Amino acid sequence: MNQEFVSTLLLTGKLAGLTTVILLLIGFPVAYLLAFRRFAMKSVVEAFISMPMVLPPTVLGFYMLLAYSPQHSFGHFLDQYLNVRLAFSFTGVLIASVVFSLPFMVQPLQTGLQSIPRSIREASYTLGKSKFQTFTHVLVPNMIPSIVTAIAMTFAHCIGEFGVVIMVGGNMPGETRLASIAIYDEVQAMNYQAANQYSLVLFVISLVILTVVFSLKKQDN
Amino acid sequence: MPTILIDIQHEMHTSDGKVMMEVCAEIPCQELLCIFGHSGAGKTTLLRMIAGLTTPHAGTIQVDDEVWFDSTRKINVIPQRRNIGFVFQDYALFPNMSIAEHLSYAQKHPNKAEVDELLCLFELEQLSDRKPHQLSGGQKQRVALARALAYKPSILLLDEPLSALDYEMRLELRAEIIKSHLHLGSTTLMVSHDIPEINELATQVMVLKGGKMVKMDTPNEVFKSHAHYRPLQ
Repeated sequence: MNQEFVSTLLLTGKLAGLTTVILLLIGFPVAYLLAFRRFAMKSVVEAFISMPMVLPPTVLGFYMLLAYSPQHSFGHFLDQYLNVRLAFSFTGVLIASVVFSLPFMVQPLQTGLQSIPRSIREASYTLGKSKFQTFTHVLVPNMIPSIVTAIAMTFAHCIGEFGVVIMVGGNMPGETRLASIAIYDEVQAMNYQAANQYSLVLFVISLVILTVVFSLKKQDN
Repeated sequence: MPTILIDIQHEMHTSDGKVMMEVCAEIPCQELLCIFGHSGAGKTTLLRMIAGLTTPHAGTIQVDDEVWFDSTRKINVIPQRRNIGFVFQDYALFPNMSIAEHLSYAQKHPNKAEVDELLCLFELEQLSDRKPHQLSGGQKQRVALARALAYKPSILLLDEPLSALDYEMRLELRAEIIKSHLHLGSTTLMVSHDIPEINELATQVMVLKGGKMVKMDTPNEVFKSHAHYRPLQ
């Protein structure tokens, strides 16, 4: 097994792992707000969060690339004051991956929170428990299948991501070259054996993750 | 031993459209008050307002000298600070916790001896490690009552706690409600449609009709013209 193959898979795993951890931290508060709070323009916020599910990845990648450019305000700010350039870097790909995978984390968490009867939350409040205590002691333990689904779907989605990554990160070995891009690259070079190795690994990982998700859903039912 | 003063106005949305709820009452301490009325009369809404789970549109709720709600002074004490015990119609037990864990979670300060005492009082010792899905309806009701008492509330609020049970079980569990009321030694408010149940349990009855309080008296006085309330049964 050559070193480039291993390092590409490790980089893919690193991106998927970091994206999942970051989204777990962001996803819970966002899902909680969407599940239990009423606020102006809630439908618009929900639509924005769900956009990556219907938007072509290249569209999001294109806008993120523009945002990262020093010719635009966000990229200019980063370049000028923090000396950071996000385009064609691992950090840039990571941020794009977090944005693009947001609905895969938020939607299962939101569904999980909403599936717990309101009286259960209220019972905890009447026992003097704060919203945070209720969240950690009552809500989270009663939505484990939804949490596992959210983690698995986010991780699996990140592993297979192509369009956003190629737009924002390009194909730089050790920096932005992920397994999905390596497959495309190897096919272009007519190196089908290497493409098959990458494909097989992604196929097996995706199959295992989806089997876990469906097993959990079956148990939950 | 709190006395509850209620003077609220609230617009309810019922199957018959919008109804203006207006209740003005003083509930003396240590009473076991049953709130009686047709479906949609506002019984559960009133209980939820006292608990702080529903906010009235206007008025005041005062318990002894403490104002829990005052629309003009913009006071609305959150449920966590009202020191009430609430037994929900569906019991609202936590699926992830065993019975013993329910009681420990409800306590303000961990005290194993008090948990054991409540388990014993409600004859739940043998079931203490079981989760809610392993319990019968009657056992769930006893856990819900024990959990409410573990919190040591100053007011106990029971929302049709026996309605999901069969007739035999209801008869058996009336005693548990009296036991809970006496154990707490405080004011209990219970929603019920069942006149024999109210006659057995209540010291006072509040009758609600279309959101308005039409009568509040002892069960004997309220039900002396029993036929008037027969359609509710």
